[in-house]
Amino acid sequence: MPETEIDIKYVAELARLELNDSDAAKLQRELGQIVNYIAELGELDVSGVEPTAHASLLTNVVREDVRKPSFDRSEMLKNAPGVVDDNLVKVPQVLPGEGSN
Amino acid sequence: MDLSEKNRQTLLGLAGDLKAKKISSVELVNECFKKIDERDNTVKAFLSVDREAALKAAEEADKRRAEGKSLSDFDGIPVGIKDNIAVRGETLSCASKLLKPVVSPYDATAVARLRDKGIIPFGRLNMDEFAMGSSCENSAFQKTCNPCDTERVPGGSSGGSAAAVAAGLVPATLGSDTGGSIRQPAAFCGTVGLKPTYGRISRYGLVAFASSLDQISPLSNSVTDAAALLDIMAGVDRMDSTSLDAAAPNALASALSGAASGSLKGVRIGLPEEYFASGLSSGVDKVMQNSIELAKSMGAELVKVSLPHTKYAVAVYYIVATAEASANLARFDGIRYGDRKEGRDLIDTYFKSRGAGFGDEVKRRILLGTYVLSSGYYDAYYLRAQKVRTLIRKDFEEAYKQCDILLTPVTPNAAFKFGEKSDPLQMYLSDIFTIALNLSGDCGVSVPGGKDEATGMPVGVQFLAPALGEAKLLGAAAAFEAALK
Repeated sequence: MPETEIDIKYVAELARLELNDSDAAKLQRELGQIVNYIAELGELDVSGVEPTAHASLLTNVVREDVRKPSFDRSEMLKNAPGVVDDNLVKVPQVLPGEGSN
Repeated sequence: MDLSEKNRQTLLGLAGDLKAKKISSVELVNECFKKIDERDNTVKAFLSVDREAALKAAEEADKRRAEGKSLSDFDGIPVGIKDNIAVRGETLSCASKLLKPVVSPYDATAVARLRDKGIIPFGRLNMDEFAMGSSCENSAFQKTCNPCDTERVPGGSSGGSAAAVAAGLVPATLGSDTGGSIRQPAAFCGTVGLKPTYGRISRYGLVAFASSLDQISPLSNSVTDAAALLDIMAGVDRMDSTSLDAAAPNALASALSGAASGSLKGVRIGLPEEYFASGLSSGVDKVMQNSIELAKSMGAELVKVSLPHTKYAVAVYYIVATAEASANLARFDGIRYGDRKEGRDLIDTYFKSRGAGFGDEVKRRILLGTYVLSSGYYDAYYLRAQKVRTLIRKDFEEAYKQCDILLTPVTPNAAFKFGEKSDPLQMYLSDIFTIALNLSGDCGVSVPGGKDEATGMPVGVQFLAPALGEAKLLGAAAAFEAALK
């Protein structure tokens, strides 16, 4: 079977993963082999078969929509890489504009 | 009692010793420290142990016992925890550089239920990064060795959990099983490893890898111990909407009676022909033949069954699991927690944090999952895999019309050497006997079955049962374990 061609740079872009060129070449080759293998599912006739999304014996589970106390803000912020004013997560600039560099 | 003398103590044995005041919880915890000091420099099962917290919990347990206020028979017994299961105040790194700085602000439900019985969550156990791997070689921090032969892998992804039990560092541990991540390392290290029915134990506080497949569960020195821990942790939880509101498993009672009887009379054991067809090493094959003979001599009725879609299970699994993983791991972006690598802007920060933080195998699976979900490929891969998953589930339903439980190998080979399986696809293919169970959502257990004649390494045998069949499953497995001794 021919190796499946995967546009690894495009997939990495979708996945928000920085790859260097040698990693990209290696992953392209490995993923090609794996995709080639999983393509064997194509030989099965699955017409009329319902997909299984979940192994659970349950369908919908609902609960009362009520407010409850959540985690302590200061404790949750201890894990943040950057904090502003002791109560906000510091994030990089999202939109270009004033103050952008 | 001396854990280092008896080396591998059971929870039930320790519960008896604590009750008879042959040992205190503080002595037991100190014994674990001693054993770790002696052996874990080599085995490297633990990433960290908060000794102060463990000793404090042990002192409290001893105090309760002295006052006649013990929370359970297991009050004051330490149980090791895999590093992807949340314990308040402990790291939750999933053996990943990206999450190295993270400290959990809460307990997983499974851990909270152990605490309710006085069980002490003890240390953080090494694993393949984000539970992706079959050898523990994918940990960003250290390589855990198989205690039976330190040149060999302990299996994965719960390699630290299996090695810690096998080396006698702690009497039992928690791991997680998405495609065999408890049963395979249990088999490689010679311990018991349970995968309960999907939804039996709440996943709240388990860092998600593949949400439709993941389950938390115990590794232990006996089937009865696994049953005891299952009974404690099982049950519906409002924090996990996929947890089952089912009758209690009552697995311990069943396992105790199985162990006492040593009989499989009246049990119909199915042998799926596809699991014995080819590819088994001669050592594993011999252990399987002995196990089948033993089951027969114990009174079991042996039935030949077929699971015709077995050969597609690996392909289905690596589509479904990676697709779910690519979505679940999207949250790790270095913004709210974890190791952030600052980029030019927000998007660049995502790329840099994820590129630097994830290891090779995690990247491989995120990319595969992203690919199979991407526009133009979704129907050909992901949707088709979900349909074949239905066929695999139906195979099991048909088989269970003819038998009560199935007996199969856990792995084609005993534990391999470090670096021996460097090709990712070859590594994936070695999961062939464990992953179908996660796709079907049923329960199964790996039990030591003997030794590989060529290497002397442990070989596991696997019992499988229908959803919610843990009592029957562990009753039979405990009988088998008792008869083998």
